Amino acid sequence: MTGVRLGKPWRDLDDAGIAALPGQLGVFQIGDAEGVVLELGFAGGRSRFGLRSAIAETAAKHERAARFRYEVTMQYWSRFEELLAVYLADHGELPVGNADRGDRRIGRIAAPGR
Amino acid sequence: MDFELTAEQRLILETVRRFVHEEIVPLEADLDPDASELPPHHRERLVAMTKELGFYGLDIPEEYGGPGIDLVTRTLMAFEMAQHRAGLYAPCYGVFGGAGLAQLYEADDDQKERYLHPVLRGEKRGFFALTEPSGGSDPARAIRTTAVRDGDDWIVDGEKTFISGADKADFGIVFARTDPELGRKGITCFLVDTDMPGFRVRRIIHTLRSTHYAAELEFNRVRVPGRNVLGEVNQGFAIANDRLSRNRIPYAAGCIGVALKAQEMAIAYAKARKTFGDYLSTRQAVQWMIVDNEIDLRTGRALTLEAAARADAGKPFRTEAAICKLVASEGASRVVDRSMQIHGGYGMTKDLPLERWYRELRIRRVGEGPNEIQRLIVARDVIGGSFH
Repeated sequence: MTGVRLGKPWRDLDDAGIAALPGQLGVFQIGDAEGVVLELGFAGGRSRFGLRSAIAETAAKHERAARFRYEVTMQYWSRFEELLAVYLADHGELPVGNADRGDRRIGRIAAPGR
Repeated sequence: MDFELTAEQRLILETVRRFVHEEIVPLEADLDPDASELPPHHRERLVAMTKELGFYGLDIPEEYGGPGIDLVTRTLMAFEMAQHRAGLYAPCYGVFGGAGLAQLYEADDDQKERYLHPVLRGEKRGFFALTEPSGGSDPARAIRTTAVRDGDDWIVDGEKTFISGADKADFGIVFARTDPELGRKGITCFLVDTDMPGFRVRRIIHTLRSTHYAAELEFNRVRVPGRNVLGEVNQGFAIANDRLSRNRIPYAAGCIGVALKAQEMAIAYAKARKTFGDYLSTRQAVQWMIVDNEIDLRTGRALTLEAAARADAGKPFRTEAAICKLVASEGASRVVDRSMQIHGGYGMTKDLPLERWYRELRIRRVGEGPNEIQRLIVARDVIGGSFH
């Protein structure tokens, strides 16, 4: 077994899609129209409406944002760290929205299927 | 045993208490409730403060630059340092510095130069890898990872699980079987660099702790040079065992620290919250919960200090360390559970730290040796005999 990618289907980023999101905690990806991941994020305990508000706020930072996908989880921190590590293993760099990590290390994990 | 505080201890504890109250707790208002790290600028500022106070690197031996504070005082400080939301697993978010991996103090000069000193300077990170899928409570028998001599090197094969920090580390302290005929005397400790071919972090293991996770590791014919054997060949278990006993004292102290805060919160809430026309604190059902909390706290605190005092005095402390670990982890779990009950619905929310402590304390009854193993240690010491 290896690190697990976020494999849920992409959804269109529109008002109806955002309004239908659950208020739970979890992790998500914001993507462009081609499915390129622009940012990985999480809805933590301080988010006003969980995934609904966190996805809307993060998407607003990216002009090319067109899609999103998410996963409900209480372990949002460790799942977020895992998704960053898997993304780095797959692509050799982080999504543009996560590039500024300061001196925080990203974990090194075997990429799925490798 | 006399635990009357000295004037110096009182001053130290008052300083730490004020530090937690004035510097740490206010920052948590803006952090995610499960956060275990501070933003870098706050971390740098607070590390500078603890260095100025002379408290940085508390657990580092004095000859390596630590402040030379005895274990009883460090235990008393640990009670204080844990009294905030992240306090159980990230007391004061690490701004008092860590000791690194204690086994490295037993390394030879070359190994200290390559591993210990970079760790103390904050340049390298390590992990401790003992537990395997075949078990963690009985490592002497459960270890199936092997190391076979090949010229001057060793070839390490096997897997480890529930290992913290491995995915972000530069090296690990890894235990492997080097003589299958010798049981616990056939285990050797190796320093394994994470960039050695054949080392792989296979997956992350998510747990009740949201911010910290464990990892599963794979060693596929990892070639480790002979100069990376830590200690003597076939004497690795003694290194692991000493570390396990010593760690149980601060482990217990952290449990007591968050439980002290939970009790303080429960009392304050009981004195402020009215039901049926009177305060919760006037209800005998609530009073007894608070009294039971107090008994758990005082018992755990006294036993933890007793273990620390014996260690300071150079006396055997394995039994005391086992007892304080199990009493503190079980008692603190009860204290937080009762405090949540007193808080009602609010106690379940992420608005308060109680739910985080409740989750994290559950791990404390398993981590650093499950409490059943602590009971086995005590049984062996007071009754005699072995684990068979």
